[in-house]
Amino acid sequence: MSSKHPTPRHDQAPWASGSTAAGVAPPPFENELSTAAANEVVGVRSWRTPVVLALLSLVALALFGFNAPDNRVGFRVSEAGDLFRVPDLAVHGVVWGWLTVAVLVAVTALALLRARAGAHLPRWAVLLFGFFFVSGFLVWVVGSSRTPDVSLSGLLAGSVALAIPLIFGSLGGLLCERSGVVNIAIEGQLLFGAFSAAVAGSLSGSAWVGLLAAVVGAALVSLVLAVFSITYKVNQVIVGVVLNVLVSGLTGFLFATVLEPNASVFNAPPRLPRFAVPVLSEIPVLGPILFDQSVIGYLMYAVVALVWFALYRTRWGLRTRAVGEHPKAADTLGVKVNALRFRNVLLGGVVAGLGGAFYTLVSVSAFTRDMTSGAGYIALAALIFGRWNPIGALLASLLFGFASNLQSILSFLGTPVPSQFLAMLPYVVTILAVAGLVGSSRGPAASGQPYTKE
Amino acid sequence: MSATDAAPAAPGRQAAPPPTATTPGAARRTWTGSALQSVLAIVAALVLGGLLIALTDDRVVETAGYFFARPGDMVSAMWAAASSAYEAMFYGAVYNPNGNTLGQRVYPLTETLTVATPLILAGLGVAVAFQAGLFNIGAQGQLLIGAALAAYVGFAWELPVGVHLLAVIVAGALGGALWGAVVGLLKARTGAHEVILTIMLNYIALNLVAYLLTRPAFLRPGSSNPVSPQLAETAMFPKLLGEQFRLHWGFALAVLATVFVAWLLQRSTVGFELRAVGANPRAARTAGISVTRGFVVVMVLAGALAGLAGVAQVAGTERALTAGVAASFGFDAITVALLGRSKPWGTFFAGLLYGAFRAGGVTMQSMTGTNIDIVLVVQSLIVLFIALPPLLRTGRDRARSRRGRGSAATEGVRA
Repeated sequence: MSSKHPTPRHDQAPWASGSTAAGVAPPPFENELSTAAANEVVGVRSWRTPVVLALLSLVALALFGFNAPDNRVGFRVSEAGDLFRVPDLAVHGVVWGWLTVAVLVAVTALALLRARAGAHLPRWAVLLFGFFFVSGFLVWVVGSSRTPDVSLSGLLAGSVALAIPLIFGSLGGLLCERSGVVNIAIEGQLLFGAFSAAVAGSLSGSAWVGLLAAVVGAALVSLVLAVFSITYKVNQVIVGVVLNVLVSGLTGFLFATVLEPNASVFNAPPRLPRFAVPVLSEIPVLGPILFDQSVIGYLMYAVVALVWFALYRTRWGLRTRAVGEHPKAADTLGVKVNALRFRNVLLGGVVAGLGGAFYTLVSVSAFTRDMTSGAGYIALAALIFGRWNPIGALLASLLFGFASNLQSILSFLGTPVPSQFLAMLPYVVTILAVAGLVGSSRGPAASGQPYTKE
Repeated sequence: MSATDAAPAAPGRQAAPPPTATTPGAARRTWTGSALQSVLAIVAALVLGGLLIALTDDRVVETAGYFFARPGDMVSAMWAAASSAYEAMFYGAVYNPNGNTLGQRVYPLTETLTVATPLILAGLGVAVAFQAGLFNIGAQGQLLIGAALAAYVGFAWELPVGVHLLAVIVAGALGGALWGAVVGLLKARTGAHEVILTIMLNYIALNLVAYLLTRPAFLRPGSSNPVSPQLAETAMFPKLLGEQFRLHWGFALAVLATVFVAWLLQRSTVGFELRAVGANPRAARTAGISVTRGFVVVMVLAGALAGLAGVAQVAGTERALTAGVAASFGFDAITVALLGRSKPWGTFFAGLLYGAFRAGGVTMQSMTGTNIDIVLVVQSLIVLFIALPPLLRTGRDRARSRRGRGSAATEGVRA
């Protein structure tokens, strides 16, 4: 239903929070909540940022400072066969640890001063803090392991590989949410995409047919989501949750009944080819990431750029964003709200399907039960942590991919951090983000609310 | 439309009925419509599930090869495949006619009740939150944390008979309540959406329990397998019907919890406030009810109920904490609450039904080789069909919704 109270909401609720029964517009407690947040925005001093930074600095002091590994920590840059050799990055654990602490404390002090003046911390300071915290953590964690030496390109290339399905998933979710439809079903779209790709790829013997099938399969999931949540106005979160269960059950059932007994017929898809751009792929570190990818890997970079451009530079993008923020206003101006939402949800499925195909056509060439294992939810987290922005979603997905790659690398190296804590990282930072403790993450205002033309 | 559409408490008795619900006869229509629709949805889902079983059956595929020569063969093969699977499911869930003793014959029914216990408890947790307008997708995490705490009290503490079990129950409820309180507090303080919070907290809980199961305090002495020591005998629910059945007193706890939630929601001030917050937060706030406090209270309550489901697992059936102790009960609980339309007794019976599916599914898988995942398909289809308004829309309703607003009846059935 349409929003009767078009006041922008300052709270971090990404979707219409616990709204009301039929026909009642956004509830008042949102305003009550939002006034607190709004006050901070318009100048009443907010001590949240300095407090959070101070806490993180304390963590850094305890771990990277006092617990610094007293040895050399190496990051191999060049690999055998690279175009040219770059000397390895090597720092001393103690030196880098205390340098990190010093920078973090300085930024925290700056944040305190800015907060006293009622101003925001400049973006470069936030980035500086982030860079030093991550690098300090990396030096500490690698330095404290049994072999304090890792390959930087291996670390990063692996992260990108793990991030690819997350990026597609979060972009698919983004297309839905920017136009006002909550997509919890990313997990189902990835899983069904992976399943369709495996079956169609095996039957046809062509990975390209598999890729197409993944797109169609995930779009089918989207179609159900769209029909239920847009046409029939069933609650979007419920449809999403139920779709995930449905896809998990359906693919699990078909896997056990059809795919597994006849694996050579139904579950042996060919792999998508990998293209290494000559010369460029041999650049240290960047080469494998940018120029030695599967088709889906290159597509990923293209799709991120395309979605960004389309969203912020085209008429379609403007309409999409308008429909997501204030459907009634968009409707008044002649945008067909529900038709646009319908198309965007299908498009979101198409994009998520590409991510699903990555599982069965690139990463492993067979489908297994529930093989996406929650990636759809991490993609949702990346979408939120990336503030519903394609570039943000890309960076957040890369960060989460990095965390899970680090987790697997560290389990070989032996590490002071339990791998479960690294696995928790995406979820914890997402909670911090939606709770507004780290930055603010505000979703499209109309996301989650069906639109009924009056 | 959002959260509360999932929680259509009988509009006639609602604290602050939305304007459209005041149509005469709306309450009665909602009720009869919803009961009939539930049954239809279940039947339709079972039919579709049967079709899926039939179409993937070897014999059916074989007969399909000469379908145009003898179509009857394929039809009968399909019927045989689907009916034998469902027959096996019935034998596994309700009554086994091949049993020699009465005990063996009713054993399946007790299995259903056993499996239904955590489903009902966690389902109540989801339903209570729905009633207050919140989506509690986090029953899984609350259940896990509850199970972890309950298990620890169960194997690490030594307490007298009776007191020990009570301590385990309290610990489980506290663990779940704690995990729920995080959601309620964050939502109340920062306005963060509970769907995201609960999804993220599920995974945090999963990793936390996985981590605990690497610590010596949670492992069996001398073992590095991620399995906790067995709970002490004093910490376990006594068996309800004797040792030959797995059914334990946890089921009685589930019944009690249902009675309690029904009382709380319908008869107590707290419940009234929660339903008011869910039905119309604006009106609730005007009436002097603290909406933010309501969020915290309801999430604590929902978490505690899900935590009790964790207790039923560790102190009822599993007897030890593992990373898989929650199975997918916390997620199934969402479908249970939806089928039960977020009403306490509705949730109870929905829990029984899904418990029967699960218990029967195990037997079905071993008897006819039909994969148990079909149960997930049927469960989710039921909820989708319940949510699909056109399934039971009368011409009058259609005319009503053409005028712009769905009637209370159709709003109600959109889960």
